[in-house]
Formats: sequence, structure tokens, C-alpha cells
Amino acid sequence: METKTLLRKLSEASGVSGYEAELRGLVREAWAPWADEVREDVLGNVIALKRGTGAGERRYKVMLAGHMDEIGLMVTQLEGGFIRFTQVGGIDPRTLLAQEVVVHGREPLPGIIGTRPPHVLPPEARNKPVPWDELFIDVGLDGSRLAELVQVGDLITVRRSMAELEDDRLSGKAFDNRASVVAIACALERLAGLKHEWDVYAVATVQEETGLKGAMTSAYGVYPDIGIAIDVGFGNMPGQSELDSIEMGKGPSIAFGPTAHPAIHEQLVSVAQANEIPHQIEPIPGASGTDAWAIQVVREGIPAGLLSIPLRYMHTSVETVVAQDIARTGRLLAHFTASLDAAFAGRLGLNR
Amino acid sequence: MKALIQELVEAYGPSGHEGTVRNLIRRHVEPLCDEVRVDAMGNLIALKRGDGSGRRVMLAAHMDEIGVIVSHVDEKGFLRFGTVGGVRPTQVLGTRVLFGNGQQGTIGQEQPASPDEKPSFDKMFIDVGAPNKEALTVGVGDVACFQRPFADLGQRLMSKAMDDRIGCAVLVQALRDLKPSPHDVYFVFTVQEEVGLRGAVTSAYGVAPEVGIALDVTIAADTPEAAHMNMALGKGPCIKVKDGGMLAHPGVKNLMVATAQRLGIPYQLEVLLGGTTDAMAMQTSQAGVAAGTISVATRYVHSPSEMVDYDDVLNSVKLLVGILSAPIVL
Amino acid sequence: MILQQLANASGPSGREEAVRQVVIEAIRDHVDSYQVDGLGNCIALKRGAAPAADGRSRRVMVSAHMDEVALMIVQITGEGLLRFRKIGGIDDRVLPSKRVLVGEKRVPGVIGCKPLHLLHDAEFGQVAASDDLYIDIGASSAAAAERLVQRGDYAVFDTPYEPWPQARLVKGKAFDDRAGCAVLVELLRGDPYPFDLYGVFTVQEEVGLRGARVAAYAVDPDAAIALEGTICDDMPKKKDISSTTVLGQGPSITIMDRSMIADRRLVQLLIDTAQAEGIPYQFKQPLMGSTDSGTIHLAREGVPTTVVSIPSRYIHSPVTLLSLDDLENTVKLMRAALIKLADLEL
Repeated sequence: METKTLLRKLSEASGVSGYEAELRGLVREAWAPWADEVREDVLGNVIALKRGTGAGERRYKVMLAGHMDEIGLMVTQLEGGFIRFTQVGGIDPRTLLAQEVVVHGREPLPGIIGTRPPHVLPPEARNKPVPWDELFIDVGLDGSRLAELVQVGDLITVRRSMAELEDDRLSGKAFDNRASVVAIACALERLAGLKHEWDVYAVATVQEETGLKGAMTSAYGVYPDIGIAIDVGFGNMPGQSELDSIEMGKGPSIAFGPTAHPAIHEQLVSVAQANEIPHQIEPIPGASGTDAWAIQVVREGIPAGLLSIPLRYMHTSVETVVAQDIARTGRLLAHFTASLDAAFAGRLGLNR
Repeated sequence: MKALIQELVEAYGPSGHEGTVRNLIRRHVEPLCDEVRVDAMGNLIALKRGDGSGRRVMLAAHMDEIGVIVSHVDEKGFLRFGTVGGVRPTQVLGTRVLFGNGQQGTIGQEQPASPDEKPSFDKMFIDVGAPNKEALTVGVGDVACFQRPFADLGQRLMSKAMDDRIGCAVLVQALRDLKPSPHDVYFVFTVQEEVGLRGAVTSAYGVAPEVGIALDVTIAADTPEAAHMNMALGKGPCIKVKDGGMLAHPGVKNLMVATAQRLGIPYQLEVLLGGTTDAMAMQTSQAGVAAGTISVATRYVHSPSEMVDYDDVLNSVKLLVGILSAPIVL
Repeated sequence: MILQQLANASGPSGREEAVRQVVIEAIRDHVDSYQVDGLGNCIALKRGAAPAADGRSRRVMVSAHMDEVALMIVQITGEGLLRFRKIGGIDDRVLPSKRVLVGEKRVPGVIGCKPLHLLHDAEFGQVAASDDLYIDIGASSAAAAERLVQRGDYAVFDTPYEPWPQARLVKGKAFDDRAGCAVLVELLRGDPYPFDLYGVFTVQEEVGLRGARVAAYAVDPDAAIALEGTICDDMPKKKDISSTTVLGQGPSITIMDRSMIADRRLVQLLIDTAQAEGIPYQFKQPLMGSTDSGTIHLAREGVPTTVVSIPSRYIHSPVTLLSLDDLENTVKLMRAALIKLADLEL
């Protein structure tokens, strides 16, 4: 599987939280060759089942969750030929000025996020980020033509193609969390060549950026025995505390703390070591802000784990990853899944 | 419909104390439904069965309003308080409050340190006019709502608790107007929305609907120098696309728009900055629910003088009835 | 007293097993069964004395959380010092100049700070943020430190339990909520109740009321009462305002907190019981704090709930204080109220 090609395809597609239709099709395409069944649920989560070989009336289930939605913008008001907008999910407002966008009206329209020229503003204004209500999107149309093509509630995505940088690094929008969707694809492909007892439910969740909602409902419906979330973590950079960072190019981080069941954490680490997969440990003292946090408290509680792909500049349109880290994450997921057996279930106190 | 609205908005019913409102509503809906029950939290759940060919639909409007709760009785009989739901310090000074036992009072404040000092709750207290502490008929834990009579301004109506007694009124009227429908419709009058959508969480679990529609208010931004939002009085019911807590299911939203267009009902698309409704709770119930909201645009939300447009209310009823009278294809 | 063992055990949110062990040892001979779920909650069942007339025995859940606020080691510096992050809500100002115990081996450490002699003028009025503090276990290199501790290890406050007999008070760490756990253990040790009692020792309350949420879903009770060690703000104040609770005035009953509105019938039951039995009680100041009942009451189709709390000064700091009278009165009130609960119409 060509990681870079798939990531480019997913990254350049549009799938803002709540409106993931385009991604659904692409994820199905990427995962279906390795799965026995693919379906969608009410909120639009894509759920791919790859059956295991375990004997017995009911096989244990592991859910692998990677969210496919991205942060974006939405039209709130039309004012003359200009568009007022708000965020869907936590867009970094400092990245908006002079950003090119696509407005998804009756047809996709290219646009620019702008504000009044700095030349006409008092000097102090330049020392602060532009407030939301002074930003506009300009698609170059007059008021009446605009009103024919665009309405309140239309989605707006950042317009950014993927770039290949030095040293195996890639940069683009929505690598949070399309990089993880790619990692899951890698895992499924590898699993095709490995024996695994447990059933695998690969889930591309929706609306993570707006409240972990797809994870809540898909975990409720799938009702797995354990859940592993794959997301991105804060790749190290100057000005960012080491305490908050994981290292670029050193493989996925394996979370430790209330967000991860200790036995799952241990298993992920020992599988990584046994298979010589570069990895890091990430202590997280509280909420992980990921699908894992939501999965843990569904129904009677689901033991969970969390892998994070190191990523710089999160929630900007130039998110940067090391391609190898995606492949490593996929490998770790595959070998972890293949390691799950009745003995592990026993260690977790699961009984079926 | 104005008499129904007046009866509901003037009733006492802050979060956790919805009993009076529930009884009023029950009298209206019970004769028209197949089953009525009250669950452990106090939600009123009224089922009107369809002909079996449709969906399981839950409608939610919340019975509770914002209020204040007594946190301490001081030596002189003044009552310190906390807020129940989203009450703002700028909107309470000098207002009248009403406790469940009928006791009335007003809200005063300590001498500000400077004339520019912003009002804050920890410097306020409720005064019920008791000559001393022993004469008090209310104490720690008692809850008051804001007191303001309903005003019919003709085209516009004004009162406290339009949020969300207007939604309750829309549901009651929709039930009255609903001819046979294919769908099993659960009219749910929820509790404790203002303190975190709590009644909607538990009632949605119990009803387990396929489709959920909340009826609530949204902010009308058509007053001087208002926030930059699209919603205005008199432009029709608002079809919610997004608010501070959720994104409406696109299928539900599109169905609402198509129904409004088909029936010639004016409507507005709503993107609300901040705030949310019971639909957020319905959406993530169990394995997920296709959820949306029809909102009545309202000026001065969470003040004692919330204002709506009467035609918007009537059109909200029409739109809801229109949706329930036809198949729901998402 | 079981409170001593419970308070001294280490149980940060996410790693409550040491506390759970103490609990299990204390209750195993007094309950019909217990199990540990996927998040680490310990759910114990004490069957009712007689089967219910209508076939479905009433189910009541009484809970207390096992976890405490603590610190997590996130980095070991080259010089062998440990940098940490907080688990749960801790006021930074209680940290300087305290003793902690790190990891499973309970390695002693200290949280030091720059000597005041050397502070610049600007630093005098400032609070040292927890990110700028270190735990010193005495190691002088990363390698030396790593022989004893590792990233991810937990540090708890080193405050051994100690009675203050003159004052009928006891001092220790984590009375929020080992006091609640102690009461629950006592309730489970007595005679059976007229219904099935689920004693639930929850996890991860301090990081979001999480264990209680899944335990309530699993147990599906008809009513629930959470036991807490709660805020006690009864020191001198400038204004005549609430102390939230007052030490020595008995168990406090919650009418409403940040996370839930209590069921009035349960509140009334507790008041009636206290008055009938001559047990002192107080109302907790409304809207203060969030508790496990916040997630319990929203389980499935909803659960009538309230919270009964033991007043405790200085919770979420290294040293907490409570009154043994309040503790005993809480056990008395709960035992009597639970018996009456069997007949309460819900």
C-alpha cells in the first residue's frame, strides 16, 4: 500500500465534522479489500469487520477507531458580496488570515479569508489576532449572485494540497486524523497475512472534533471487548514544552494513564518491543481528548488503549508527519491484534 | 394558541421543580394520546401511535426554566444564592423572584467598590422582606424563578420562560393538529435541560427513537449591534444546521427544508454561535439518533422578557405537523 | 479503623488497585459477591434479607470513589529530578515544600522550591506553577533516578494517618473520598438490608466521574446514594456567607451540586431519618462541586440520587482533617435511612 498516495487522497478530500460523506466513500474504498463486511451506522461511522479465527460461540472483538472528520468552517451570514463564518471544531484562528478556502455552496467556489488592509488600521490592531467578526470570505461575487449560490449553513474547507518535504516528511491539512485512517488501512492489509483470533472492527468515526460523538455511538453499537483509538499527538517543536511533546520520527506513542487500561498498555508495549517497532511512551495524567476517552465509558465500560502519531502544527493546514511513523503505527496495530487471545482476555477479566 | 402559551409561560418551573408545568401539560395531552407516563427524572412522555408504516420519532421540548437557588441564610434573613442554568449577573438586579411556595422577593446587591464595577453574583442576595431570620418561609435549597407576566404585543409576544414553554406549546398544538401519521411519535416534555440536557439524556435512552427533533428557542440577532447571526423575528421557524453543541443530521435538516418548501412555509437556516438543545443529547443516545431542531427565534433569551413572533410560532407548528404527516426518508 | 488503611493506601485516578485490595480484604466475608469491571470499579452485592413480594427486588446502589488527586511523573531530567503533571484538581499553592511517595516502591521525594533569599522582586508575589516545580528523590543523574522510578509513575502525598484525640479529629491524606469508602465498608459489614444493596467502589472520579458512569449502567439501580468527603470552609470569613459544610455538625445532605439535582424524596427521607434518630445533619451549600452522582443519575433511564458527605477540611491538599463524630454519624444516618428506603415510593 502506498501510504503517501492514500494520505494525499484522504487529506485533499472534504469531510468536516457532521458532513463526512466524501470521506466515507474513500474509506470504504481503502478498507473494503481487506474486510469481510463494511457498513455505516446512523451518524455515518464506517464500520469494517474482519473476522478472526477464534473458536467458540462468540469471538472476542477489538475495535480500532480513527476519526475521519476534519475541522472546518461554516457560513453564518451573507453580507453584500462577503461571507461571515464560524468554526466547526477547534480551528486555530491565527491561521485563517490569507488562507485560501473552498466554499461548498451549490457548487464548490474558491475563496480567500481576508480582512481590511493593515494600512488603514491603527498600529495596535496588528499586534492582535483578527477577531472573528472582522474576518470575511471573499469569493469574488456580488451580493445577489452570492445569495444564489451560497446559503447559511454551507460548509467551508481549507484549500491545501499535500506537500512532500525532506526526510520522509509530509505536510497538509486534516492529517489529524486522516493519517490514522491510513495507519488502520496499513494494519488491515498486514492482518490479511497474519492469523488473528479476535474479530476486528475498524471504525472510521465521525464528529470527533465536535465532541467524540461518532466514537460514543459506534462503540455502543459495535459493543467491543476492547477499543484502541488511533489519533495524533503533539510532535516536538521549539517553544512547545517537552512535557507536552512526543518525538517526530520515533514511532507512535503509547498512552499511559487513566485513558488506557494498564494491561492494554503493557501488551502494546511488549508487542512493539517483540516486533522491534519504534515507539514511545506518553504519560497522560487526565483526559486524552480522543476517541479512547469516549469509548472507555460506553455501556458497562470498555477497556481501551491509545496510539498517537507524532504530528507538528496540529489544527493548522500545514500539519506535518513522518511517513514512516504512519507505517509503524499500522504494523503495531496489526501485531497487537494478532497477539490477542483467550489468555489476554483472562488478564483483562473479560468473560464470554 | 395565545391562551395556551400564557398558561405555560407564567407557571413556576425552574430546573428540578417542573411538577406544576408537567401537570398543566399532562391535562392537555393525555386525552389526545395512546399512552402517557412520567419517568424517574420527571420527564413527561406521551405516545401517539402511527399506522405502523413509519419511524419511531421523539420530539423534545423542555419544561424547565432558569432560576436561582438559596445557598445560605444570613443572620439578618437575607438569602445568598447560586444560579440554576444560564443566568447572567447583568439581568437580575431589581428583578422579582418567585419561590415554589408562593413567596416573592427581589434581588439586591452590596455597595459596589467603584461605580464601574461589573455586577457579580457573590455580591448579591435575595430579599423576601422578612423582618428577621425566624420569619422566613424559605431556606437553603429552595429555588425561585423570575417573575414576569405574559404580554401580548399583537404580532409579538413577550414573557419570561419562552425558553422553552414556547416549544412545549408548539408540541401541544402539533399534537392537537396532527391527523393520522405513519409514525409512532413520542411527545417528550423534558426536565433539567437548562442544567445540562439531563432529562433528554435519560428519556432518549428510554424511548430509543430513530429520529429526534427538539423544539426550542434560538437567538434572534435582529436587534441593534447584535452578534452576527442570521436569525430574526418574523422570518419563519429556524431550521438548525449547527449550534454550540451539535451539528444537525444533514438528512433531517434537508427533510425539514424540503417540507417547508413543499408546504409554502417560510423558514430560516440557523447557525447559532453558543448554546444548544435537547437534540444534542438525543443524537448520541445508544447507537446514535438522526437528530435536528426546529427553533423559534427569540430576542433577549434568558432575560425575564423574552420576545417571539406569533406567526413564527404558528409556522413552527405547521412545519412540525407537515414533517410528521409524511414518510421520513433521510 | 478501616479509614487508616484506606487513607494510607496509594490510589491515584487510573491506578486504584492498592485501595481496591484494602477494600476487598475488608468486605469479602460480608458480601455475597464482588467483581472488578473493565475500568477497575469494585462492585459488591449484599443480597436483601428476604425476597421482595413483587418478585423484583429493589436495587439500591451506594458508592464511594477510591481514587485521589495525585501527581504523575512525566519527565526525568538529566540531573535526576522528576518533572510532573497533576492528576485531578490540585491548587498549585499547596505543592511547595511537601513530601511525596513515588511509584509502587513508594520512593520518598520532596517538592522543593527556590530559596526565598534568592527570589527577584518580581517573583515574590508569584505562585510557582506546577510545571516549574520538581520532585527530588535524591538521585543526582537520570540513570540513578531511573533505577528507582520511571516516566508514568505516580506520586502521592506522604501524609500518614494520625488521630488528634484531644479534638476528636483525625488527620491524613485523601479523605476525599477514603472517608466515603470507610463508611461504605462499614455499611457492607453489618446485617443485610431489606433489598439488594450494591456497594460500588468507583474509579476515576477526580478526572470526570467516569467509573461511576459505567458502574451505574451495569448495576441499573432504582436509587443511588453517593458518599463523599466534601468541602468544609468553616474558617473565619469577612462576610456572612456559607461555609459549604461545618466540621462537627454531622453528615451533609446535597440538594443540588454542579453535576446533579437530588431527588427530593431521597433528601426528605434522609432528613426524616436524621430527625427521628436524633442524628445531627446539615445541608451542603448548593452548587458546590461535582460528584459521582452526576453521572450515576443519568444512567439509562435515570436514577433518583443524592449525596451524603463527611465534612473534611483542606481536601485536594496534602493534609486533610475530619471529625470522627461526623464519620460515625454518617454511618448511623446511612444505615437507618437505607432500612427506611425499602418502603420509599419511587
